Amino acid sequence: MALTFLSAFTLRKHINKALSYLFLTAMMLYSTIASAKYEYDLPEQKTQIGRELTDLHHFVFFVCLAIMIFVTVWMFYSIFAHRKSRGVEPAKFSHSTFLEVLWTAVPVLILIVMAVPATKMLIKMEDTTKSDITIKVTGYQWKWQYEYLDDSVNFYSSMSTPREQIDQYNGKVEQGENYLQEVDNHMVIPTGKKVRLLLTANDVIHAWWVPKLGGKKDAIPGYINEMWIRADEDAIGTYRGRCAELCGKDHAYMPIVVDVVPQEQYEQWVAANSGVASDQIQSTAQLSNKKIQQTVVSAQ
Amino acid sequence: MAHETPTGFKRWFMSTNHKDIGTLYLCFSLAMLFLGGVFALVIRAELFEPGLQFIDPHFFNQMTTMHALVMVFGAVMPGFVGFANWMIPLQVGAPDMALPRLNNFSFWILPFAFTILILSFFVPGGAPAAGWTLYAPLTIQGGMSVDMAIVAIHIMGVSSIMGAINVIVTVLNMRAPGMTLMKMPLFVWTWLITAFLLIAVMPVFAGSVTMLLTDRHFGTAFFDPAGGGDPVLYQHIFWFFGHPEVYIMILPAFGIISAIIPTFARKPLFGYSSMVFATAGIAFLSFIVWAHHMFTVGMPLQGELFFMYATMLIAVPTGVKIFNWLSTMWRGSMTFETPMLYSIAVVFLFTIGGLSGIMLAITPVDFQYHDTYFVVAHFHYVLFAGAVMSMMGGAYYWLPKWTGHMYNETLGKVHFWLTTIFFNITFFPQHFLGLAGMPRRYADYPLQFTEFNQWSTIGAFGLGISQLLFVYIIIQTVRGGEKASTEVWENPEGLEWTVPSPAPFHTFEEPPVVK
Repeated sequence: MALTFLSAFTLRKHINKALSYLFLTAMMLYSTIASAKYEYDLPEQKTQIGRELTDLHHFVFFVCLAIMIFVTVWMFYSIFAHRKSRGVEPAKFSHSTFLEVLWTAVPVLILIVMAVPATKMLIKMEDTTKSDITIKVTGYQWKWQYEYLDDSVNFYSSMSTPREQIDQYNGKVEQGENYLQEVDNHMVIPTGKKVRLLLTANDVIHAWWVPKLGGKKDAIPGYINEMWIRADEDAIGTYRGRCAELCGKDHAYMPIVVDVVPQEQYEQWVAANSGVASDQIQSTAQLSNKKIQQTVVSAQ
Repeated sequence: MAHETPTGFKRWFMSTNHKDIGTLYLCFSLAMLFLGGVFALVIRAELFEPGLQFIDPHFFNQMTTMHALVMVFGAVMPGFVGFANWMIPLQVGAPDMALPRLNNFSFWILPFAFTILILSFFVPGGAPAAGWTLYAPLTIQGGMSVDMAIVAIHIMGVSSIMGAINVIVTVLNMRAPGMTLMKMPLFVWTWLITAFLLIAVMPVFAGSVTMLLTDRHFGTAFFDPAGGGDPVLYQHIFWFFGHPEVYIMILPAFGIISAIIPTFARKPLFGYSSMVFATAGIAFLSFIVWAHHMFTVGMPLQGELFFMYATMLIAVPTGVKIFNWLSTMWRGSMTFETPMLYSIAVVFLFTIGGLSGIMLAITPVDFQYHDTYFVVAHFHYVLFAGAVMSMMGGAYYWLPKWTGHMYNETLGKVHFWLTTIFFNITFFPQHFLGLAGMPRRYADYPLQFTEFNQWSTIGAFGLGISQLLFVYIIIQTVRGGEKASTEVWENPEGLEWTVPSPAPFHTFEEPPVVK
């Protein structure tokens, strides 16, 4: 019917147009997928505990995957083979004591195999003794405070992403690379040292979490929680994390940034920032620039 | 006892008939599913891109809170009570629920509870925004909407407890002669156990929110650290309710699946008694695992170990159930009508959710997963794919009995595939988001999380829109269609298939005899 109203030419034109749209959409989809940086797993860990934890995560995951494959194969074989359309007569059995005991006992064994390494891991993680440095971390709505208890470094750390990048009600605004992952004052820790964090909060519950440095812990008003981090010797760099416990309106806007630096640079940073107010804190980057300048001067 | 069937206002508002009240519950649940779904779509729309495009973070928090409250207390729990009302008397051969007036009351206070809850959007400060868990001290900061939510929760609790009492009294006293406890259909068993869980934990929840209320207004400091209170105490009390609550929402689903699979496999349910014991086992364990929701609050090592081991144990009775369903299908003669498709999907997807639950139980790795999208993915696999999809399967399974008409099988299958596919597009990527480090309840996120959030948003809109088809199919079936026979399916087991379709207003006025 439609053909009588449409000449072959216009029909082809329409088809061509549709095809080109389809092609364009496919290209766009493809380029989105190709350019996307997909992360399927825990990020690469920068502490020994973090790596062991990731290994445990993989172990548990593969056990679960094996169970899932077992269930899937069983179920889909059944769906394929035991269907009425293949003319099978239903069997009559409705229980088997042996099987029922079997699939109660075997899962218990599998669970024990998972519980043993988990227990060892947990004991290790909860041991906060023999720490080298203690930092008190206090959560506020919506920023963090870091107090280096062995030294007199004490400062607040607030998000530095500008508001214009966040509010997009009137159209898209370009966002920076570290959108919502940047703060004015970075927390600084040295490599290879056991850093004990004492976590608390001043108003509501927050949680301190840097994914690449291991797990998280709640910062609860009226409580002091403990966790510890020992960054690898070669972990020098900047690590970004965030608050993980709903703490009100700006829950997503209180990021955590940690600089991991060599011991001497850490000492230099502590010396430069002792007794200094939050807005005067010098970052390790600023200090090392200064140091380079000084070395250049002294060399001359 | 042939009464006339009342009509209009008298029929629907003053009903003491279990079938009509069941229908009311189911319609209410479906309406709440859409309301909660709209909230979810607002969340997903905002999360399509980093930055704030549509709503501000405070309203976003209201959406996450209300989505959960409406879905848990409005869609899932009343939905299962609807199934209980319709099916328990029919399955045990009773003429009605034991306490028909209580039944009417327990339904009709629900719309008032939800009216109060929804009206909280319009008070200064908007609806509650501290998450459905209502953690102190954040809730102590909230506006008067928190008080409205507390009142609403009290009413919902009263409704649930009355419903539970009704189920227990009906099941224990009104079974047809010959129907011993171990002959009851599994749906009745799971509901009986669920009812005990409800009576045990709803008062605990009522207690915790009342303490919250007195902290807010009457100068107590149970949870407020400013007065020497303990915020972690709130979490312990809440999750002592909250974990059994999770099983309140899944045990009746197990019952529905255990009814559907034998029918379409044309083979009796495998391991009936182990199913009953597994259900009771899950119910018992639900009381001693609560603190796995709060591994990061800083419990002592011994506490963390205890709750890890206890939580892992739940895998055992749950595994028994999965294997029993698979054995029921094994060497059966299966056909794949819509209810069966739903049941197979529930078994498959619930297993995924159960296995990610085992991962979450392992305390040290939970320190990474906790409060991330990994958790969101996990509980939607068990709550949407487990509870909601089993209700959809159950609706297709019993709709011919309720309405007297067959639903449109093709449309039912289309609805099934749309739901399953979009569900997975929505929630599977959230596992990756969580592992990569995206916390839950975030109105905005760093750029590396964009792609998976976009998949999730596209899936969510597909999932939401597909449910319009569900409503269409239901309306179409209520209005007409092929007449359903008494048995509806091929040789199904159970007393409900001995009464005509549609089930008459009064059934089993003479108790049937069960051999």
